[in-house]
Amino acid sequence: MSAPQAASDEVLIARIARGDRLAMQVLYGRHHVRVFRFGLRLVRDEQVAEDLISEVFLDVWRQAGKFEGRSAVSTWLLAITRFKALSALRRRKDLELEDEAALAIEDTSDDPEVAATKKDTGEALRKCLGGLSPEHREIVDLVYYHEKSVEEVAEIVGIPENTVKTRLFYARKKLAELLKAAGVERGWP
Amino acid sequence: MMALSRKMLEEEPSELELLLPWHATGRLSAHDARRVEEALASDPALARQYDAIREEYAETIALNESLGAPSGLAMQKLFAGIDAEPERRPPVTAGLAARVSGFFSNLSSRTLAWSATLGAIVLVAQAAVIGIILTKSQSGTFQTASLSMNEPVTRDLGRAAPARALVRFSPDARVADITALLDKYQASIIGNARGGMFRLQFGDQAMSKDDLTSLVNKLASEKIVSLAVPAQ
Repeated sequence: MSAPQAASDEVLIARIARGDRLAMQVLYGRHHVRVFRFGLRLVRDEQVAEDLISEVFLDVWRQAGKFEGRSAVSTWLLAITRFKALSALRRRKDLELEDEAALAIEDTSDDPEVAATKKDTGEALRKCLGGLSPEHREIVDLVYYHEKSVEEVAEIVGIPENTVKTRLFYARKKLAELLKAAGVERGWP
Repeated sequence: MMALSRKMLEEEPSELELLLPWHATGRLSAHDARRVEEALASDPALARQYDAIREEYAETIALNESLGAPSGLAMQKLFAGIDAEPERRPPVTAGLAARVSGFFSNLSSRTLAWSATLGAIVLVAQAAVIGIILTKSQSGTFQTASLSMNEPVTRDLGRAAPARALVRFSPDARVADITALLDKYQASIIGNARGGMFRLQFGDQAMSKDDLTSLVNKLASEKIVSLAVPAQ
């Protein structure tokens, strides 16, 4: 006798479309942490990111009947999260601040704190990842943390697949530049 | 090697170079993965870049994992929002099959596995009901006013409406249990009403009020039935 299998995300969405709150709880349990982290990396504010979660899943509750299953549920969730995060950022008019923050990271080569991280490439990498522009941060997270394919990233971000590939490449180059400015050489580029 | 790195900086990235991050995450097709593997084996500069990518991959995960998780308030807020939503009603055009399958898919995940069996059972039950109706309806009479001036106009298509009840099954009811219960009472599901109440019909015979009350009381005492009331 085979072990019972958990309902797939698609089955949960179908149940949510019929108003099944338990299915909503299960879906929330499965995905809310990743949705939170993706949102947090975009908006950089824990409270706003928490608000995003309830907005995202409330949208799922309302729109579940329209989900056609052409993409993975997790991809759909991240696409909604991105849309909500950008709306939140527009509301806060913080986009300029984000750019300033990114530029500030570039000029930290003499910062004692950064100098201390030279010995620890991993820590420097994490710090510089945080210094990428929102656009670059987003694509790095989608590929490396959410492990989305080229096609899925294109769907979430709403850009052509070739742009997905080149955007990640240039995000990585920018990361290398930030690392170099922080005194970390990795042999690429 | 340095020349190659400089070349990479100055030139547009190659197609395979662009695919390296997805090779690291295992999200390439088998065909592309093979091409990248071959290129990595023969191009030390590409292999070095791939090492850097694996480092970025690991640290991106570490960075995201360090972000923690949201508080329980987020879920409370979500369900408060859901509670404030208007009640969801099934589409008016939804047929009986959709409503029945909707009910069963709301049961436990174990029950979901029985959905195919249920489909077959519903089909057989429907065929049986149609067969019975066709057979029995032949005993009914139909007279038109034009044929006889001496007899009253009658339109007898059978007998009084068969006995029916509204039933709500318990949430842990399994398809096999419900099927057995329907067999036991010679009942069939003919529709569901609001709040997960299903309309059952007992055979095709009319029943006295007392008999129906007795039957419904017996039904209500069944383990998998949480509520049963007589219906029209």
